[in-house]
Amino acid sequence: MTANAAGNPIERLGGRVLKSFRYAGGLSLLLAETLRWAGKTLAAPKRRDVRALGEQIVRVGIKSIGIVALVQGFVGVILALQLTPTLEDYGQEAQIATVIGISGFRMLAPIFTAVVLSGFAGASIAAELGTMVVAEEIEAMQAMALNPIRFLVLPRLVATFLVMLLLTTFADVMIAAGGYLIAHLALGAEVYSRYWERMRDGLEYKDYFTGLIQGGVFGVLIGLISCYEGLHVRGGAEGVGRATTMTVVYSIVAIVLAACVCTVIFYVFGF
Amino acid sequence: MIDANDNTAREPVIRVADLVKRFDGRAVLDGVSLEVYPGEMLVIMGGSGCGKSTLLRNMIGSMTPDEGEVEIFGRDTLQLDESELDEVRKRFGILFQSGALFNSMTVGENVALPLREHTDLDEATIDIMVMMKLEQVGLRQAEDLMPSEISGGMKKRVGLARAVALDPEILFYDEPSAGLDPVTSAEIDHLMMDLAQKLGVASVVVTHEMDSAFRIADRMIMLDKGKVLMEGPRSAFEAIRDGAATGEETTDLIRQFLRGDSDGPITRRRQDSGYEEDILHAAEARYAPG
Repeated sequence: MTANAAGNPIERLGGRVLKSFRYAGGLSLLLAETLRWAGKTLAAPKRRDVRALGEQIVRVGIKSIGIVALVQGFVGVILALQLTPTLEDYGQEAQIATVIGISGFRMLAPIFTAVVLSGFAGASIAAELGTMVVAEEIEAMQAMALNPIRFLVLPRLVATFLVMLLLTTFADVMIAAGGYLIAHLALGAEVYSRYWERMRDGLEYKDYFTGLIQGGVFGVLIGLISCYEGLHVRGGAEGVGRATTMTVVYSIVAIVLAACVCTVIFYVFGF
Repeated sequence: MIDANDNTAREPVIRVADLVKRFDGRAVLDGVSLEVYPGEMLVIMGGSGCGKSTLLRNMIGSMTPDEGEVEIFGRDTLQLDESELDEVRKRFGILFQSGALFNSMTVGENVALPLREHTDLDEATIDIMVMMKLEQVGLRQAEDLMPSEISGGMKKRVGLARAVALDPEILFYDEPSAGLDPVTSAEIDHLMMDLAQKLGVASVVVTHEMDSAFRIADRMIMLDKGKVLMEGPRSAFEAIRDGAATGEETTDLIRQFLRGDSDGPITRRRQDSGYEEDILHAAEARYAPG
């Protein structure tokens, strides 16, 4: 029996790996091109550039605030409830603020916020750009000598980046507040009365900034993947649906991979 | 309208030479050459999948050919970088099949966009120009409407107003009559001829609507299977359409297409797809002894 190329597991794996590299290459090219246009736009900004960015920030950010607040508040509550018994075993329940602060600020705030944003904003960006592709709007834009990367990708990418920075900070507050709620309801007065004080003393600026940096990276990834998927839609409405789904899937994978890479880097450099 | 045969003394605004475009190894355009002269209306026609839309996309620079040359205003577009190509693009306008209006902008903003981005005109001047362009297509009252609030025919007219916003020297039309009722289609045709006369632009129209093609064309090109089957003035195509079948394969094929007959070389070609042989082969393979 001859080996079927499509059925050969090694070739299939190789094909998958190649595809992933091609995808990463495509994203990198899109990022490079967007940065080039960012430089050009910064050199000679027009009023419409500022307006377009503002519109995208409102669209990406405002829609997501409520759900981020809800999710991250519960993350704080769950963290506190999960950690309390173990900390009590060691007589360290007073450290609940520090533990919530470190795990929340450094990882859970950026990562959950990014997942929420990829579902909300990422999918909607992919659907919007995909629909524009189907309706020949992107082609019309190019034919009118208007670069789609400058007019469409740049404001969306900058918006997801900035919004992720803001939302990560907001998520930090919500996680801390969720933890405080449980401290108040389940732990003694000594713990909750000094909750904020201990959080302030137990945390360092680097705990906040490592989370913030990751938030920014995740924001760029969501913006890139959603624009890339949207602009590469093929095959009408079905293609648009596929692009929105794949945006969320690829974004989540990319977010987790990036979180891992960031953590390794922070670990190596002692952050 | 100009004399379609008097092109000898003039430089073409578009010159396409030996254009080849392949998709997955299959040549959709297979050595197409043509020239478009200032002020003329050239209609490119052919059946679905003959490569006419691909040809248009190669001419406007949204696709890159695998072989051959595309020259616009004497410049080889394949040698131009993106910003040089943009300079060429500012000199032509395109009406897409769907109109391709930006759905997030009003009709007026759509028409204003090229003016805002590519000129230094102040807002007041742009407003006046938008009004003038919309008046040219009879839609001044629709300025504040969104594209979703207007009909397909109106979208095409707005698309046309946007295409002529920068006073182009060439206008490309991709299936301008597709999806329109006969009256609206005729209206668009007259608008196209009107603009061609008033602005003196060269027009390249890709269509398979024969009524429209014969109404507007100075010169026609018929594509089939990625090749130019015939090129000539409208009168030459009219002669074939109105004449009797000749028995000559190519002429009869063109005649069938122009007349929209259900019987002829095109339909016979489809029927000669080897269906019987395929069935026989399949049966032999299935029931062959041993």
